[in-house]
Amino acid sequence: MCDMLLSRINPIRFAFFFLVIALVGLLVDNAYYQQVLILIGINTLLAVGLNMLMGYAGQISLGHAAFYGIGAYTTAILTAKYQIYPWIALVIAILLAVAIAVVVGLPTLKLSGYYLGMGTLGFGMIFNIIFREWSSLTGGASGFVGIPSLSIGSLSFESGRNYFYLVWFSVWSVFLICSRIINSRAGRALRSIHDSENASMAVGVDTMTLKLQVFVLSAAFSALAGFLYAHYISFISPGSFDFLMSVRMVTMVVIGGMASIWGALLGASLLTLLPEWLHAFSEFEMVVYGLVLMLVMILMPQGLTRGILDIYERSREKYRK
Amino acid sequence: MNDQGKNTENKDCLPDSSNGPLLELANISKAFGGVQALNDITFDVPTGIILGVIGPNGAGKTTLFNVITGAYEADSGNVRFSGKEIRGKKVHKIVTQGIARTFQNVELFESMTVAENVMVGCHVRGRCGFLDAIIKTPRAKREEQWIMKRSSELLNFVGLSSQADQRSGDLPFGWQRLLEIARALASEPSVLLLDEPAAGLNATETRQLGSLIQKIRSNGVTVLLVEHDMSLTMTISDMIIVLDRGSLLAKGTPREIQSNEAVMAAYLGKGK
Ligand SMILES: Nc1ncnc2c1ncn2[C@@H]1O[C@H](COP(=O)(O)OP(=O)(O)OP(=O)(O)O)[C@@H](O)[C@H]1O
Ligand SMILES: [Mg+2]
Repeated sequence: MCDMLLSRINPIRFAFFFLVIALVGLLVDNAYYQQVLILIGINTLLAVGLNMLMGYAGQISLGHAAFYGIGAYTTAILTAKYQIYPWIALVIAILLAVAIAVVVGLPTLKLSGYYLGMGTLGFGMIFNIIFREWSSLTGGASGFVGIPSLSIGSLSFESGRNYFYLVWFSVWSVFLICSRIINSRAGRALRSIHDSENASMAVGVDTMTLKLQVFVLSAAFSALAGFLYAHYISFISPGSFDFLMSVRMVTMVVIGGMASIWGALLGASLLTLLPEWLHAFSEFEMVVYGLVLMLVMILMPQGLTRGILDIYERSREKYRK
Repeated sequence: MNDQGKNTENKDCLPDSSNGPLLELANISKAFGGVQALNDITFDVPTGIILGVIGPNGAGKTTLFNVITGAYEADSGNVRFSGKEIRGKKVHKIVTQGIARTFQNVELFESMTVAENVMVGCHVRGRCGFLDAIIKTPRAKREEQWIMKRSSELLNFVGLSSQADQRSGDLPFGWQRLLEIARALASEPSVLLLDEPAAGLNATETRQLGSLIQKIRSNGVTVLLVEHDMSLTMTISDMIIVLDRGSLLAKGTPREIQSNEAVMAAYLGKGK
């Protein structure tokens, strides 16, 4: 059975992924490349979390940057203003994101399709306004400075290499968590909602609760990403957690291919690298994402990963004939 | 083959009359805007029978199933299952209690494999959640093995074992119907509602379906069968109810129904 096959292949994949992370960390010395890789890692965390919600459960969110921001601002405020130990701040940041996800998710997930999109969009905007306007706490539009760097005992994460390992082993763990969920009872139920919510209920899946759970899970991953981002950059401002960021996250998921954790890696890489390469289009970023989203949806609705595989298979068949 | 997880004794040691009917509908009405889809429907379903539900298009058969399974709530009346009121309960709660269904327009989880469809069907008989999956608790492993075993038994039961790893959306239509039945049985129901399971099947497939339904019944599952294929319904049903424009027109054995003039006029006559 395919699941047995999966359970055999999966450990190999994860061991391989682990090795690649270890090697890349050792080999890359250049500070700029380290920075790019760290940002890719943080974006991958965002993408894989949202992918659980969008790709697997089939529920869109246009406001997930809010959870990213909640993670970043919570840790910034707690560590810089109140000198709370960062790892405790991480726990609080995630718990806060979880709590807010429950409160927001309960009413919004009852919506579907466009309405869910609009509901989450509104929620994202409200939080962006909070980040921007509650200046006494968040530093307002000019941002929040002086977020301390991370360390565990004498192990400091100030160097690019150590931070690279911190971020990428987080990615590795989150991938493992997601892959275990996907191939479990709860994960199958989740995927079934995507295909037919009606049938899913009819076989006894409590779809509302499950959707809420995965919404909360993806919020927690986004908050983790926000935490890692804040302590890396040490400066945050509302612009990093706005509607454009939410759209960027959705684009990463769609490009990488919904319902594929490895696709999230590809989508996040592309969307981190492209703006780096094409500084010129930064003014038109929104337009470009819109176009990319449209093109992918029209030409490769399964995402780039699946799309490229399909083209490859088709061309092979042509040659055989 | 008796790999249903339901023992056949179940039926023999529970005489229908002593424990009361398994499913009781009393004065059920349901309207959609101006359309009275169900109008004061009352009937009982004794344990262990195959109850045919027939009636012309738009008679309210699917609505009846939707009301029983909780997909729609009746405007008035009661639905009792094993003596307990289930009207107004959530769909997933009713499945857990033991009522499963298939859909008139097959609704599979198309992107998932054939085996996975049945595994999702086992959902209500498991209890492991996200945390169990993440830390791979022993009970999660045990449950996963049980789910795999159970679903391969069920695929075997409907004859789809060799298709286990195919994408379910790619199955030929007739097999999709069988898969939907396997998925419904995976919840270990005591009542199975089949909504036109023979629609789109050829004659051979329909005959096989008939014996499959009988096998399901002999494993102790009570079956409600909505079906336009008269020869199938008349041969395998123990009892038949006839709906016409939302009302219960007649009720009886297949023989009685066939000789009922009102039914002939409203329904069978048109078909001929
Ligand atoms: N969700 C709904 N909204 C509005 N009207 C509905 C709905 N569901 C059913 N109806 C109406 O209720 C009536 C009964 O429909 P139902 O689907 O129960 O008939 P049926 O006996 O299953 O017919 P068929 O043999 O064609 O499947 C029809 O007039 C139908 O249009
Ligand atoms: Mg119908």
